[in-house]
Amino acid sequence: MLQIDNLHATVADNAILKGLSLTINAGEVHAIMGPNGAGKSTLGYTLGGRPGYAVTQGSATFLGQDLLELEPHERAAAGLFLGFQYPVEIPGVSFVQFLREAANSQRKGRGEEPLSGGEFLKLAKEKAALLKMDMDMLKRSVNVGFSGGEKKRAEMVQMGILDPRLAILDETDSGLDIDALRVVGEGINTIMRSPDKAVLLITHYQRLLDVVQPDFVHVLAGGRIVRSGGPDLARQLEEEGYEAVTA
Amino acid sequence: MNQTVTIPTTRDEAWRYADSAALAAADPGAVDEWRTFKIEPGGTLRHLGEPTTGGIERWRIDVGAGGCYAHFAVLDAGDYARREIEVTLGEGASFEFGGVVLGTGEATREFVTRVIHAEPGAMSKQVVRAVAADRSVANFLGRIEVARDAQQTDAAQNFRAILLNDGATANAKPELEIFADDVKCAHGAAIGALDEAAAFYMAARGVPPEEARALLIRAFIADAFGSIEDTREQETMISQALASYDHARLRAHV
Repeated sequence: MLQIDNLHATVADNAILKGLSLTINAGEVHAIMGPNGAGKSTLGYTLGGRPGYAVTQGSATFLGQDLLELEPHERAAAGLFLGFQYPVEIPGVSFVQFLREAANSQRKGRGEEPLSGGEFLKLAKEKAALLKMDMDMLKRSVNVGFSGGEKKRAEMVQMGILDPRLAILDETDSGLDIDALRVVGEGINTIMRSPDKAVLLITHYQRLLDVVQPDFVHVLAGGRIVRSGGPDLARQLEEEGYEAVTA
Repeated sequence: MNQTVTIPTTRDEAWRYADSAALAAADPGAVDEWRTFKIEPGGTLRHLGEPTTGGIERWRIDVGAGGCYAHFAVLDAGDYARREIEVTLGEGASFEFGGVVLGTGEATREFVTRVIHAEPGAMSKQVVRAVAADRSVANFLGRIEVARDAQQTDAAQNFRAILLNDGATANAKPELEIFADDVKCAHGAAIGALDEAAAFYMAARGVPPEEARALLIRAFIADAFGSIEDTREQETMISQALASYDHARLRAHV
C-alpha cells in the first residue's frame, strides 16, 4: 500500500529524515516509536505534504501513485488520512460544514457523487456515536474550546467519516485519559482494522499499543529506522529505553 | 452658495491613507456632502447593506438619549471608496457598526468612523474586517471621543485584516480621546496572512485550497456581522460580501 524508499526531507534547511525506508501492506498496523526529535512528526507531515517540508531525495509510492507528486488535498482524496498531534482550531467554521466540504471534495476527486445533507448527517452521527462524542459538539467551530482529549476524539470521528485507506496517526494517544484512550483505540480498530486498510501509529507509549495491537514496531532515530520487530519490541523499549535498544 | 470647500489631502490625519490622486480629482461638492440623520430619544435606526457609491461618502448621525443606531456595510467597489461615519451618542444611547472592506486590483477602500460619546452611559461597538488582494489598500480609521461628562461609557473597537498576497496593504488607525475617568474603551487591531496552519489542516482532510480559502474568509468576515440578530439578514450580508469576493477572484483569474 505504501512504499517509502530512502526518504530524505528537510525543514527550514535542516535535514530531518535521512534515508528512511518503510513498506506498509494492506491489512497491517505499524507503530513508529522513537525519542523526541527523531523525525516522527516530520515523517507524518512530509507524507501529508505540509508546505515547508521538502523532500530532497527518495520516493514514496501510495497505492501505485507517486505520493510526493500530489497536492495535500489530492493525497487525502487518494485515501491518506493524517491525524494531527495538535489539531488546528478554526474559529467560525463548524465541524459539520468543514467535514461535509472535505468528504464531498474527496468524493469529487474520485469521481463519486456528493453526499446530500441528510446522508452526510447520518454518517456523521454514526461515527460520532462510535467515538462516544455528542453530535452537538460537531456543530461547534472546528476544535475551538475543545480539550486535548476531545480534539483527539474528534480527529477519529473525522477519520471515520472520511474512511481512508491509510491512516497516519501522530501521537493520537497524547492528552488522553485512560477511558478516552480505550474509546479512541477501539475507534481505530473499528474504523481501520480491515484487509484493505492500514495504519501507521506514531507514538511514545506502549499503552495505545495495548489496545491497537501493531503487527510491526519500528524505532526511528536520527531520521531513519534503526530497528524493526514485532509487538515485543515496543515492550522492550518501554522497559529498557531507546538508548539501550538502539545501541 | 458661494462657500469655499477645501479638498482634504493626505497630510490631513483623517485622510492619511486616502488615494491622493483620487482626492485631487474629487468633486469638491461631493467631499462636503453629508448624509445626516437624527434619531429622537428612544428611537432606533438601522442601515443594513447600503451599497457603496464607490466614492467618498460622509454620514452623520445624531442619536438622542436611549436611542439606537446600527450600521452594517460592505465596501467592495470603486477605485477610491471611503465611507465616513460620524455618530454622536446622547445619554444611554448605543451604536453598533459592522463593516467589511474588500480590496481588489489597485483600489483603496476605507471606513472612517468618529464616535462621540457626548453624554454618560452610552455604548458603542465596532467590528471591521478587511480582506485585501492584488495591490489594493484596505483601511480602518476609528476615532472614539469621550466627553468629560460621559462617565460609564462602554466603547469597543476591533479591526482585523487579511492580506491575500504580497503587495496588498492594510492600515489601521485607532484613536481614543478620553476626558472622562469612569470609562471602558477596548480596541484591537491585527493584520496578517490567511492562517496557513488551518489551510493545511483543511487540505489534509481533502479540502482543495480555493475552497479552504473561501471557508476561512467566510468565517473571518462573518465576525463583522455577528451582532445582527436575524440570522437570515446576517447570511445576506455575508453572501453579499462573498459574492463580491468571488467575483473579484474570478476576474483576477480570467
